[in-house]
Amino acid sequence: MGFFIEVLLGGLMAGVLYSLVALGFVLIFKASGVFNFAQGAMVLFAALTLVRLMELLKSTFSPFLLALVLTVGVMIALAWLIERLVLRPLVNQPGISLFMATLGISYVLDGFGQAVWGSDVYMLDVGIPKRPIVLFESLVPGGVLVPSEDLVAAAIAGVLVAGLGLFFQKTRIGRALRAVADDHQAAQSVGIPLNYIWVIVWTVAGLVALVAGIVWGSKLGVQFSLGLVALKALPVLILGGFESILGAVVGGLIIGAGEKLSEVYLGPLVGGGIENWFAYVVALLFLLIRPEGLFGERHIDRV
Amino acid sequence: MTSQRRIGDVLLQLDGISLSFGGVRALDNVSFDVRSHEIRAVIGPNGAGKSSLLNVINGVYHPTQGTVTYKGTTRPQMRPHEAARQGIARTFQNIALFKGMTVLDNIMTGRTLKMQAGFLFQCVYFGKARGEELEHREKVEHIIDFLQIEHIRKTPVGRLAYGLQKRVELARALAAEPELLLLDEPMAGMNVEEKEDMCRFILDVNDEYGTTIVLIEHDMSVVMDLSDRVVVLDYGRKIGDGKPDEVRADQAVIDAYLGVQH
Repeated sequence: MGFFIEVLLGGLMAGVLYSLVALGFVLIFKASGVFNFAQGAMVLFAALTLVRLMELLKSTFSPFLLALVLTVGVMIALAWLIERLVLRPLVNQPGISLFMATLGISYVLDGFGQAVWGSDVYMLDVGIPKRPIVLFESLVPGGVLVPSEDLVAAAIAGVLVAGLGLFFQKTRIGRALRAVADDHQAAQSVGIPLNYIWVIVWTVAGLVALVAGIVWGSKLGVQFSLGLVALKALPVLILGGFESILGAVVGGLIIGAGEKLSEVYLGPLVGGGIENWFAYVVALLFLLIRPEGLFGERHIDRV
Repeated sequence: MTSQRRIGDVLLQLDGISLSFGGVRALDNVSFDVRSHEIRAVIGPNGAGKSSLLNVINGVYHPTQGTVTYKGTTRPQMRPHEAARQGIARTFQNIALFKGMTVLDNIMTGRTLKMQAGFLFQCVYFGKARGEELEHREKVEHIIDFLQIEHIRKTPVGRLAYGLQKRVELARALAAEPELLLLDEPMAGMNVEEKEDMCRFILDVNDEYGTTIVLIEHDMSVVMDLSDRVVVLDYGRKIGDGKPDEVRADQAVIDAYLGVQH
Protein backbone atom coordinates (compact mmCIF):
# COMPACT_ATOMS: atom_id res chain seq x y z
CA MET A 1 0.00 0.00 0.00
CA GLY A 2 2.77 2.39 0.97
CA PHE A 3 4.51 1.64 -2.30
CA PHE A 4 1.37 2.29 -4.33
CA ILE A 5 0.85 5.65 -2.64
CA GLU A 6 4.48 6.52 -3.22
CA VAL A 7 4.19 5.78 -6.93
CA LEU A 8 0.90 7.62 -7.16
CA LEU A 9 2.27 10.67 -5.39
CA GLY A 10 5.40 10.62 -7.51
CA GLY A 11 3.21 10.54 -10.60
CA LEU A 12 0.98 13.33 -9.36
CA MET A 13 4.02 15.47 -8.64
CA ALA A 14 5.37 14.92 -12.13
CA GLY A 15 1.89 15.77 -13.34
CA VAL A 16 2.02 19.09 -11.53
CA LEU A 17 5.09 19.96 -13.54
CA TYR A 18 3.35 19.09 -16.80
CA SER A 19 0.44 21.24 -15.70
CA LEU A 20 2.72 24.20 -15.17
CA VAL A 21 3.79 24.08 -18.79
CA ALA A 22 0.31 23.30 -20.07
CA LEU A 23 -1.05 26.36 -18.25
CA GLY A 24 0.99 28.65 -20.44
CA PHE A 25 -0.57 27.09 -23.54
CA VAL A 26 -4.07 27.40 -22.15
CA LEU A 27 -3.64 31.08 -21.35
CA ILE A 28 -2.72 32.04 -24.86
CA PHE A 29 -5.22 29.69 -26.43
CA LYS A 30 -8.03 31.14 -24.34
CA ALA A 31 -7.13 34.66 -25.28
CA SER A 32 -6.33 34.36 -28.93
CA GLY A 33 -7.47 30.96 -30.07
CA VAL A 34 -3.89 30.27 -31.04
CA PHE A 35 -1.92 27.22 -30.12
CA ASN A 36 1.31 28.83 -29.02
CA PHE A 37 4.04 26.54 -30.23
CA ALA A 38 6.64 28.80 -28.62
CA GLN A 39 5.59 28.06 -25.04
CA GLY A 40 8.34 25.47 -24.62
CA ALA A 41 10.91 27.85 -26.00
CA MET A 42 9.65 30.50 -23.61
CA VAL A 43 10.18 28.14 -20.67
CA LEU A 44 13.75 27.56 -21.78
CA PHE A 45 14.38 31.21 -22.52
CA ALA A 46 13.03 32.36 -19.16
CA ALA A 47 15.03 29.78 -17.24
CA LEU A 48 18.21 30.56 -19.20
CA THR A 49 17.81 34.28 -18.63
CA LEU A 50 17.29 33.74 -14.93
CA VAL A 51 20.17 31.36 -14.39
CA ARG A 52 22.66 33.45 -16.35
CA LEU A 53 21.59 36.69 -14.68
CA MET A 54 22.05 35.00 -11.33
CA GLU A 55 25.63 34.21 -12.35
CA LEU A 56 26.23 37.79 -13.43
CA LEU A 57 24.79 39.12 -10.18
CA LYS A 58 26.60 36.59 -8.00
CA SER A 59 28.32 39.20 -5.88
CA THR A 60 25.16 41.13 -4.99
CA PHE A 61 23.18 40.61 -1.80
CA SER A 62 20.48 38.50 -3.38
CA PRO A 63 21.30 37.22 -6.83
CA PHE A 64 18.05 35.27 -7.07
CA LEU A 65 15.69 38.11 -6.27
CA LEU A 66 17.50 40.61 -8.47
CA ALA A 67 17.71 38.18 -11.35
CA LEU A 68 14.06 37.29 -10.88
CA VAL A 69 12.96 40.91 -11.11
CA LEU A 70 15.11 41.44 -14.19
CA THR A 71 13.82 38.26 -15.82
CA VAL A 72 10.24 39.34 -15.21
CA GLY A 73 11.15 42.57 -16.97
CA VAL A 74 12.64 40.62 -19.85
CA MET A 75 9.49 38.51 -20.19
CA ILE A 76 7.29 41.62 -20.26
CA ALA A 77 9.54 43.14 -22.91
CA LEU A 78 9.35 39.90 -24.84
CA ALA A 79 5.54 39.92 -24.74
CA TRP A 80 5.51 43.50 -25.94
CA LEU A 81 7.92 42.70 -28.78
CA ILE A 82 5.92 39.67 -29.88
CA GLU A 83 2.73 41.74 -29.96
CA ARG A 84 4.43 44.54 -31.85
CA LEU A 85 6.39 42.51 -34.39
CA VAL A 86 4.34 39.37 -34.86
CA LEU A 87 0.75 39.62 -33.66
CA ARG A 88 -0.18 43.14 -34.65
CA PRO A 89 0.48 42.63 -38.36
CA LEU A 90 -1.57 39.43 -38.19
CA VAL A 91 -4.81 40.81 -36.71
CA ASN A 92 -7.89 39.25 -38.29
CA GLN A 93 -5.82 36.55 -39.97
CA PRO A 94 -6.87 32.91 -39.66
CA GLY A 95 -5.64 30.99 -36.64
CA ILE A 96 -3.34 28.83 -38.71
CA SER A 97 -1.29 31.87 -39.74
CA LEU A 98 -0.85 32.83 -36.12
CA PHE A 99 0.09 29.27 -35.28
CA MET A 100 2.79 29.30 -37.95
CA ALA A 101 4.01 32.59 -36.55
CA THR A 102 4.42 31.07 -33.10
CA LEU A 103 6.40 28.28 -34.70
CA GLY A 104 8.74 30.98 -35.96
CA ILE A 105 8.87 32.65 -32.56
CA SER A 106 9.85 29.34 -31.05
CA TYR A 107 12.87 28.95 -33.34
CA VAL A 108 13.94 32.55 -32.92
CA LEU A 109 13.72 32.29 -29.15
CA ASP A 110 15.64 29.00 -29.05
CA GLY A 111 18.42 30.40 -31.20
CA PHE A 112 18.48 33.86 -29.68
CA GLY A 113 18.41 32.59 -26.12
CA GLN A 114 21.33 30.29 -26.64
CA ALA A 115 23.28 32.83 -28.67
CA VAL A 116 23.02 35.35 -25.87
CA TRP A 117 23.15 33.13 -22.81
CA GLY A 118 25.13 30.13 -24.03
CA SER A 119 24.06 26.56 -24.58
CA ASP A 120 25.67 24.63 -21.73
CA VAL A 121 23.79 22.88 -18.98
CA TYR A 122 23.43 25.26 -16.06
CA MET A 123 22.57 24.31 -12.54
CA LEU A 124 19.78 26.37 -11.10
CA ASP A 125 19.67 26.56 -7.33
CA VAL A 126 17.01 28.87 -6.00
CA GLY A 127 16.97 27.33 -2.58
CA ILE A 128 14.16 24.83 -3.03
CA PRO A 129 14.84 22.12 -0.43
CA LYS A 130 15.72 18.79 -2.01
CA ARG A 131 15.73 16.45 0.95
CA PRO A 132 12.93 13.91 0.75
CA ILE A 133 10.53 13.85 3.66
CA VAL A 134 8.47 11.01 5.02
CA LEU A 135 4.70 11.42 5.28
CA PHE A 136 1.79 9.36 6.64
CA GLU A 137 4.03 7.36 8.93
CA SER A 138 1.13 6.64 11.24
CA LEU A 139 -1.12 5.41 8.41
CA VAL A 140 1.23 3.30 6.36
CA PRO A 141 4.04 1.18 7.74
CA GLY A 142 7.31 2.85 6.83
CA GLY A 143 5.56 5.99 5.68
CA VAL A 144 5.60 7.49 2.22
CA LEU A 145 8.74 9.06 0.83
CA VAL A 146 8.10 12.37 -0.92
CA PRO A 147 10.78 14.63 -2.39
CA SER A 148 10.23 18.00 -0.78
CA GLU A 149 11.05 19.88 -3.96
CA ASP A 150 8.01 18.24 -5.52
CA LEU A 151 5.85 19.48 -2.67
CA VAL A 152 7.15 22.99 -3.21
CA ALA A 153 6.41 22.69 -6.91
CA ALA A 154 2.89 21.53 -6.13
CA ALA A 155 2.35 24.43 -3.77
CA ILE A 156 3.60 26.90 -6.36
CA ALA A 157 1.37 25.40 -9.01
CA GLY A 158 -1.60 25.54 -6.65
CA VAL A 159 -1.09 29.23 -5.93
CA LEU A 160 -0.59 29.97 -9.61
CA VAL A 161 -3.74 28.16 -10.64
CA ALA A 162 -5.84 29.81 -7.95
CA GLY A 163 -4.52 33.20 -8.95
CA LEU A 164 -5.07 32.67 -12.65
CA GLY A 165 -8.50 31.21 -12.03
CA LEU A 166 -9.57 34.35 -10.19
CA PHE A 167 -8.01 36.54 -12.82
CA PHE A 168 -9.89 34.86 -15.64
CA GLN A 169 -13.22 34.01 -14.06
CA LYS A 170 -13.84 36.91 -11.78
CA THR A 171 -12.43 39.88 -13.60
CA ARG A 172 -13.70 41.76 -16.56
CA ILE A 173 -10.43 41.07 -18.33
CA GLY A 174 -11.46 37.45 -18.35
CA ARG A 175 -14.53 38.32 -20.38
CA ALA A 176 -12.51 40.61 -22.62
CA LEU A 177 -10.03 37.79 -23.19
CA ARG A 178 -12.74 35.35 -24.14
CA ALA A 179 -14.22 37.95 -26.43
CA VAL A 180 -10.91 38.47 -28.19
CA ALA A 181 -10.50 34.73 -28.57
CA ASP A 182 -13.90 34.42 -30.21
CA ASP A 183 -13.80 37.22 -32.72
CA HIS A 184 -11.13 39.85 -33.20
CA GLN A 185 -13.23 42.21 -35.24
CA ALA A 186 -16.22 42.14 -32.96
CA ALA A 187 -14.03 42.59 -29.92
CA GLN A 188 -12.51 45.69 -31.43
CA SER A 189 -15.89 47.05 -32.37
CA VAL A 190 -17.04 47.04 -28.75
CA GLY A 191 -13.86 48.86 -27.82
CA ILE A 192 -11.61 46.14 -26.50
CA PRO A 193 -8.07 47.16 -27.37
CA LEU A 194 -6.69 44.03 -28.95
CA ASN A 195 -3.03 44.97 -28.68
CA TYR A 196 -3.24 45.68 -25.00
CA ILE A 197 -4.99 42.41 -24.30
CA TRP A 198 -2.36 40.48 -26.20
CA VAL A 199 0.51 42.08 -24.35
CA ILE A 200 -1.19 41.21 -21.07
CA VAL A 201 -1.83 37.63 -21.98
CA TRP A 202 1.63 36.98 -23.42
CA THR A 203 3.13 38.56 -20.33
CA VAL A 204 1.14 36.26 -18.10
CA ALA A 205 2.09 33.28 -20.26
CA GLY A 206 5.71 34.43 -20.09
CA LEU A 207 5.56 34.57 -16.30
CA VAL A 208 3.99 31.13 -16.14
CA ALA A 209 6.81 29.94 -18.39
CA LEU A 210 9.27 31.49 -15.97
CA VAL A 211 7.75 29.64 -13.02
CA ALA A 212 7.76 26.40 -15.00
CA GLY A 213 11.35 27.10 -15.98
CA ILE A 214 12.41 27.64 -12.38
CA VAL A 215 10.73 24.48 -11.14
CA TRP A 216 11.85 22.27 -14.02
CA GLY A 217 15.26 23.90 -14.20
CA SER A 218 16.07 23.31 -10.57
CA LYS A 219 15.08 19.68 -11.02
CA LEU A 220 16.77 18.88 -14.32
CA GLY A 221 19.23 21.72 -14.82
CA VAL A 222 18.67 24.45 -17.35
CA GLN A 223 19.43 23.03 -20.76
CA PHE A 224 18.13 22.84 -24.28
CA SER A 225 15.91 19.85 -23.59
CA LEU A 226 13.85 22.02 -21.25
CA GLY A 227 12.10 23.36 -24.33
CA LEU A 228 10.98 19.83 -25.07
CA VAL A 229 8.84 19.50 -21.95
CA ALA A 230 6.32 21.32 -24.09
CA LEU A 231 5.82 18.04 -25.91
CA LYS A 232 4.51 16.46 -22.73
CA ALA A 233 2.13 19.37 -22.28
CA LEU A 234 0.41 18.50 -25.53
CA PRO A 235 -1.33 15.31 -24.35
CA VAL A 236 -2.17 17.10 -21.11
CA LEU A 237 -3.97 19.76 -23.12
CA ILE A 238 -5.83 17.28 -25.24
CA LEU A 239 -6.97 15.49 -22.12
CA GLY A 240 -7.92 18.58 -20.15
CA GLY A 241 -9.22 20.75 -22.96
CA PHE A 242 -7.39 23.62 -24.55
CA GLU A 243 -9.51 26.35 -22.99
CA SER A 244 -9.56 25.19 -19.42
CA ILE A 245 -7.14 26.18 -16.68
CA LEU A 246 -8.65 23.53 -14.46
CA GLY A 247 -8.31 21.08 -17.34
CA ALA A 248 -4.60 21.76 -17.59
CA VAL A 249 -4.21 20.87 -13.94
CA VAL A 250 -6.42 17.81 -13.89
CA GLY A 251 -5.02 16.64 -17.22
CA GLY A 252 -1.49 17.00 -15.91
CA LEU A 253 -2.27 15.04 -12.79
CA ILE A 254 -3.98 12.24 -14.70
CA ILE A 255 -1.17 11.97 -17.21
CA GLY A 256 1.51 12.12 -14.51
CA ALA A 257 -0.12 9.56 -12.24
CA GLY A 258 -1.19 7.37 -15.14
CA GLU A 259 2.22 7.08 -16.68
CA LYS A 260 3.97 6.30 -13.41
CA LEU A 261 1.39 3.75 -12.30
CA SER A 262 1.27 2.03 -15.66
CA GLU A 263 5.05 1.94 -15.80
CA VAL A 264 5.30 0.29 -12.42
CA TYR A 265 2.33 -2.07 -12.63
CA LEU A 266 1.96 -2.78 -16.35
CA GLY A 267 5.58 -2.19 -17.36
CA PRO A 268 6.92 -5.58 -16.26
CA LEU A 269 4.27 -7.34 -18.38
CA VAL A 270 5.35 -5.71 -21.64
CA GLY A 271 9.02 -5.15 -20.89
CA GLY A 272 8.77 -1.58 -19.63
CA GLY A 273 9.04 1.76 -21.38
CA ILE A 274 5.37 2.59 -21.00
CA GLU A 275 6.11 5.93 -19.39
CA ASN A 276 7.38 7.33 -22.66
CA TRP A 277 4.30 6.74 -24.74
CA PHE A 278 1.48 6.41 -22.23
CA ALA A 279 0.53 10.07 -22.41
CA TYR A 280 0.27 10.07 -26.17
CA VAL A 281 -1.90 6.98 -26.32
CA VAL A 282 -4.27 8.52 -23.79
CA ALA A 283 -4.33 11.68 -25.89
CA LEU A 284 -5.11 9.67 -28.99
CA LEU A 285 -8.00 7.91 -27.28
CA PHE A 286 -9.37 11.20 -26.09
CA LEU A 287 -9.22 12.65 -29.56
CA LEU A 288 -11.38 9.78 -30.72
CA ILE A 289 -13.88 9.83 -27.87
CA ARG A 290 -14.00 13.37 -26.53
CA PRO A 291 -12.05 15.72 -28.76
CA GLU A 292 -12.84 18.82 -26.70
CA GLY A 293 -11.16 17.28 -23.66
CA LEU A 294 -12.52 16.87 -20.16
CA PHE A 295 -13.17 20.54 -19.49
CA GLY A 296 -13.01 22.09 -22.93
CA GLU A 297 -15.84 24.10 -24.40
CA ARG A 298 -17.96 22.09 -26.72
CA HIS A 299 -18.07 23.98 -29.94
CA ILE A 300 -21.49 24.60 -31.31
CA ASP A 301 -21.77 25.51 -34.93
CA ARG A 302 -24.96 26.06 -36.78
CA VAL A 303 -24.64 25.05 -40.36
CA MET B 1 -43.35 59.24 -34.92
CA THR B 2 -40.98 61.24 -37.11
CA SER B 3 -42.57 64.42 -35.85
CA GLN B 4 -41.06 63.73 -32.43
CA ARG B 5 -37.52 63.54 -33.67
CA ARG B 6 -35.44 66.62 -34.25
CA ILE B 7 -32.91 66.03 -36.93
CA GLY B 8 -29.89 68.02 -35.95
CA ASP B 9 -26.58 69.16 -37.36
CA VAL B 10 -24.15 67.11 -39.35
CA LEU B 11 -22.70 64.42 -37.10
CA LEU B 12 -20.62 62.57 -39.64
CA GLN B 13 -19.22 63.89 -42.86
CA LEU B 14 -17.40 61.82 -45.46
CA ASP B 15 -15.41 63.71 -48.06
CA GLY B 16 -14.06 62.20 -51.23
CA ILE B 17 -13.49 58.76 -49.73
CA SER B 18 -11.61 56.37 -51.99
CA LEU B 19 -10.49 52.93 -51.02
CA SER B 20 -8.56 50.41 -53.09
CA PHE B 21 -7.47 46.89 -52.46
CA GLY B 22 -4.61 46.26 -54.84
CA GLY B 23 -6.11 47.10 -58.21
CA VAL B 24 -9.72 46.92 -57.08
CA ARG B 25 -11.42 50.19 -56.33
CA ALA B 26 -13.91 49.45 -53.62
CA LEU B 27 -14.88 53.07 -53.12
CA ASP B 28 -14.39 55.93 -55.51
CA ASN B 29 -14.68 59.52 -54.34
CA VAL B 30 -17.72 59.01 -52.12
CA SER B 31 -19.00 62.00 -50.15
CA PHE B 32 -22.08 62.32 -47.99
CA ASP B 33 -23.13 63.46 -44.57
CA VAL B 34 -25.17 62.03 -41.72
CA ARG B 35 -27.13 64.35 -39.46
CA SER B 36 -27.64 63.57 -35.84
CA HIS B 37 -30.78 61.64 -34.91
CA GLU B 38 -31.48 60.63 -38.47
CA ILE B 39 -31.68 57.18 -40.02
CA ARG B 40 -29.49 57.13 -43.06
CA ALA B 41 -29.63 54.14 -45.35
CA VAL B 42 -26.91 52.99 -47.72
CA ILE B 43 -28.17 50.84 -50.57
CA GLY B 44 -26.72 49.40 -53.72
CA PRO B 45 -26.29 46.14 -55.59
CA ASN B 46 -23.92 43.45 -54.32
CA GLY B 47 -20.30 44.53 -54.37
CA ALA B 48 -21.19 48.21 -54.53
CA GLY B 49 -18.92 48.96 -51.58
CA LYS B 50 -21.52 49.37 -48.85
CA SER B 51 -19.77 47.29 -46.22
CA SER B 52 -16.44 48.86 -47.13
CA LEU B 53 -17.99 52.22 -46.45
CA LEU B 54 -19.11 51.11 -43.01
CA ASN B 55 -15.66 49.72 -42.34
CA VAL B 56 -14.14 53.07 -43.23
CA ILE B 57 -16.44 54.89 -40.82
CA ASN B 58 -15.61 52.52 -37.98
CA GLY B 59 -11.89 52.50 -38.67
CA VAL B 60 -11.40 48.93 -39.86
CA TYR B 61 -10.23 50.24 -43.25
CA HIS B 62 -8.20 53.36 -43.74
CA PRO B 63 -9.28 55.22 -46.87
CA THR B 64 -6.60 55.72 -49.51
CA GLN B 65 -8.01 59.18 -50.10
CA GLY B 66 -10.51 61.46 -48.47
CA THR B 67 -11.38 62.38 -44.92
CA VAL B 68 -13.90 61.40 -42.29
CA THR B 69 -15.17 64.14 -40.01
CA TYR B 70 -16.97 62.97 -36.92
CA LYS B 71 -18.41 65.39 -34.39
CA GLY B 72 -16.45 68.23 -35.90
CA THR B 73 -13.02 66.62 -35.82
CA THR B 74 -11.49 65.46 -39.06
CA ARG B 75 -9.49 62.46 -38.22
CA PRO B 76 -6.42 60.84 -39.55
CA GLN B 77 -6.24 57.08 -39.23
CA MET B 78 -8.17 55.57 -36.40
CA ARG B 79 -8.50 52.08 -35.08
CA PRO B 80 -11.81 50.34 -34.41
CA HIS B 81 -11.51 50.45 -30.64
CA GLU B 82 -10.88 54.19 -30.84
CA ALA B 83 -13.99 54.57 -32.95
CA ALA B 84 -15.84 52.68 -30.25
CA ARG B 85 -14.46 55.08 -27.67
CA GLN B 86 -15.89 58.00 -29.60
CA GLY B 87 -19.35 56.54 -29.55
CA ILE B 88 -19.54 54.53 -32.75
CA ALA B 89 -21.00 51.04 -32.36
CA ARG B 90 -21.81 48.55 -35.07
CA THR B 91 -23.18 45.20 -36.06
CA PHE B 92 -21.79 42.95 -38.75
CA GLN B 93 -23.15 41.47 -41.93
CA ASN B 94 -22.04 38.00 -40.92
CA ILE B 95 -22.95 38.02 -37.28
CA ALA B 96 -19.84 38.51 -35.18
CA LEU B 97 -20.87 37.46 -31.70
CA PHE B 98 -18.79 35.70 -29.10
CA LYS B 99 -20.28 32.30 -29.70
CA GLY B 100 -19.13 30.49 -26.59
CA MET B 101 -20.50 33.14 -24.24
CA THR B 102 -24.04 33.61 -23.04
CA VAL B 103 -26.29 36.31 -24.41
CA LEU B 104 -25.82 38.26 -21.21
CA ASP B 105 -22.03 38.10 -21.34
CA ASN B 106 -22.05 39.11 -24.97
CA ILE B 107 -24.09 42.18 -24.23
CA MET B 108 -21.91 42.97 -21.21
CA THR B 109 -18.86 43.17 -23.46
CA GLY B 110 -20.64 46.05 -25.14
CA ARG B 111 -20.14 48.02 -21.95
CA THR B 112 -16.39 47.58 -21.95
CA LEU B 113 -15.79 51.27 -22.50
CA LYS B 114 -18.36 52.43 -19.98
CA MET B 115 -16.57 50.68 -17.19
CA GLN B 116 -14.49 53.06 -15.17
CA ALA B 117 -12.16 50.77 -13.28
CA GLY B 118 -9.46 50.33 -15.91
CA PHE B 119 -8.17 47.05 -17.16
CA LEU B 120 -5.08 47.01 -14.99
CA PHE B 121 -6.69 48.30 -11.83
CA GLN B 122 -9.32 45.67 -12.20
CA CYS B 123 -7.15 43.18 -10.36
CA VAL B 124 -6.50 45.61 -7.53
CA TYR B 125 -9.89 47.23 -7.02
CA PHE B 126 -11.88 44.11 -6.67
CA GLY B 127 -14.68 45.67 -4.67
CA LYS B 128 -15.08 48.69 -6.86
CA ALA B 129 -15.06 46.65 -10.02
CA ARG B 130 -17.75 44.42 -8.61
CA GLY B 131 -20.03 47.27 -7.61
CA GLU B 132 -19.63 48.73 -11.04
CA GLU B 133 -20.43 45.41 -12.60
CA LEU B 134 -23.84 45.42 -10.93
CA GLU B 135 -24.55 48.91 -12.13
CA HIS B 136 -23.79 47.86 -15.67
CA ARG B 137 -25.88 44.77 -15.29
CA GLU B 138 -28.88 47.01 -14.69
CA LYS B 139 -28.32 48.95 -17.89
CA VAL B 140 -27.87 45.74 -19.78
CA GLU B 141 -31.04 44.24 -18.33
CA HIS B 142 -32.86 47.30 -19.53
CA ILE B 143 -31.63 46.72 -23.08
CA ILE B 144 -32.56 43.06 -22.80
CA ASP B 145 -36.08 44.09 -21.84
CA PHE B 146 -36.19 46.58 -24.64
CA LEU B 147 -35.26 44.02 -27.29
CA GLN B 148 -37.40 41.31 -25.68
CA ILE B 149 -34.73 38.69 -25.27
CA GLU B 150 -35.22 37.96 -21.56
CA HIS B 151 -35.94 34.30 -22.20
CA ILE B 152 -32.53 33.62 -23.73
CA ARG B 153 -30.35 35.64 -21.37
CA LYS B 154 -28.32 32.66 -20.19
CA THR B 155 -28.20 30.77 -23.46
CA PRO B 156 -24.88 30.46 -25.27
CA VAL B 157 -25.21 32.54 -28.39
CA GLY B 158 -24.08 29.73 -30.67
CA ARG B 159 -27.32 27.86 -29.97
CA LEU B 160 -29.67 30.63 -31.00
CA ALA B 161 -31.54 30.95 -34.24
CA TYR B 162 -30.18 33.38 -36.75
CA GLY B 163 -32.78 36.08 -36.22
CA LEU B 164 -32.22 36.09 -32.49
CA GLN B 165 -28.46 36.27 -32.94
CA LYS B 166 -28.96 39.41 -35.00
CA ARG B 167 -31.01 40.83 -32.19
CA VAL B 168 -28.33 40.00 -29.62
CA GLU B 169 -25.78 41.71 -31.80
CA LEU B 170 -27.93 44.80 -31.85
CA ALA B 171 -28.22 44.58 -28.07
CA ARG B 172 -24.46 44.44 -27.70
CA ALA B 173 -24.06 47.50 -29.89
CA LEU B 174 -26.72 49.34 -27.89
CA ALA B 175 -25.06 48.45 -24.61
CA ALA B 176 -22.30 50.88 -25.52
CA GLU B 177 -24.92 53.66 -25.60
CA PRO B 178 -23.58 54.78 -28.96
CA GLU B 179 -24.17 58.11 -30.55
CA LEU B 180 -23.76 56.61 -33.99
CA LEU B 181 -24.92 53.10 -34.72
CA LEU B 182 -23.79 51.31 -37.87
CA LEU B 183 -25.98 48.39 -38.92
CA ASP B 184 -24.72 46.13 -41.68
CA GLU B 185 -27.75 44.37 -43.15
CA PRO B 186 -29.63 43.95 -39.88
CA MET B 187 -32.43 42.08 -41.60
CA ALA B 188 -30.54 39.79 -43.96
CA GLY B 189 -31.81 36.24 -43.83
CA MET B 190 -34.83 37.00 -41.67
CA ASN B 191 -38.41 36.01 -42.25
CA VAL B 192 -41.14 38.62 -42.57
CA GLU B 193 -42.10 38.55 -38.94
CA GLU B 194 -38.52 38.89 -37.73
CA LYS B 195 -37.99 41.73 -40.17
CA GLU B 196 -40.98 43.58 -38.81
CA ASP B 197 -39.68 43.16 -35.28
CA MET B 198 -36.27 44.41 -36.26
CA CYS B 199 -37.75 47.42 -38.07
CA ARG B 200 -39.68 48.31 -34.97
CA PHE B 201 -36.58 47.99 -32.79
CA ILE B 202 -34.55 50.21 -35.08
CA LEU B 203 -37.24 52.89 -35.08
CA ASP B 204 -37.60 52.61 -31.30
CA VAL B 205 -33.86 52.93 -30.75
CA ASN B 206 -33.78 55.99 -32.93
CA ASP B 207 -36.83 57.43 -31.22
CA GLU B 208 -36.13 56.59 -27.62
CA TYR B 209 -32.38 57.06 -27.40
CA GLY B 210 -32.02 59.55 -30.22
CA THR B 211 -29.31 57.37 -31.73
CA THR B 212 -28.12 58.27 -35.19
CA ILE B 213 -28.24 55.22 -37.41
CA VAL B 214 -26.45 54.37 -40.62
CA LEU B 215 -27.89 51.21 -42.07
CA ILE B 216 -27.13 49.00 -45.01
CA GLU B 217 -30.08 47.07 -46.30
CA HIS B 218 -31.17 45.18 -49.37
CA ASP B 219 -34.86 45.06 -48.76
CA MET B 220 -36.11 48.17 -50.53
CA SER B 221 -39.45 48.36 -48.80
CA VAL B 222 -37.68 48.31 -45.45
CA VAL B 223 -35.33 51.05 -46.53
CA MET B 224 -38.14 53.23 -47.83
CA ASP B 225 -40.10 52.83 -44.60
CA LEU B 226 -37.26 53.36 -42.19
CA SER B 227 -34.89 55.90 -43.50
CA ASP B 228 -34.89 59.65 -43.58
CA ARG B 229 -32.35 59.85 -46.38
CA VAL B 230 -30.76 57.27 -48.65
CA VAL B 231 -27.34 57.03 -50.29
CA VAL B 232 -27.08 54.80 -53.35
CA LEU B 233 -23.76 53.20 -54.29
CA ASP B 234 -22.89 51.33 -57.44
CA TYR B 235 -19.42 50.02 -58.28
CA GLY B 236 -17.98 52.10 -55.47
CA ARG B 237 -19.41 55.38 -56.72
CA LYS B 238 -22.26 57.37 -55.28
CA ILE B 239 -25.04 57.52 -57.83
CA GLY B 240 -27.87 58.85 -55.73
CA ASP B 241 -28.55 60.67 -52.48
CA GLY B 242 -31.76 62.04 -51.07
CA LYS B 243 -35.13 61.30 -49.54
CA PRO B 244 -36.46 57.81 -50.22
CA ASP B 245 -39.06 59.01 -52.72
CA GLU B 246 -36.54 61.07 -54.65
CA VAL B 247 -34.11 58.18 -54.81
CA ARG B 248 -36.80 55.80 -55.94
CA ALA B 249 -37.62 58.06 -58.84
CA ASP B 250 -34.00 58.64 -59.85
CA GLN B 251 -33.15 57.22 -63.28
CA ALA B 252 -29.53 56.34 -62.41
CA VAL B 253 -30.71 54.35 -59.43
CA ILE B 254 -33.33 52.52 -61.43
CA ASP B 255 -30.70 51.68 -64.03
CA ALA B 256 -28.30 50.35 -61.44
CA TYR B 257 -30.94 48.11 -59.92
CA LEU B 258 -32.79 46.97 -62.99
CA GLY B 259 -30.07 47.20 -65.59
CA VAL B 260 -29.97 49.45 -68.63
CA GLN B 261 -31.38 48.53 -71.97
CA HIS B 262 -28.74 48.54 -74.68
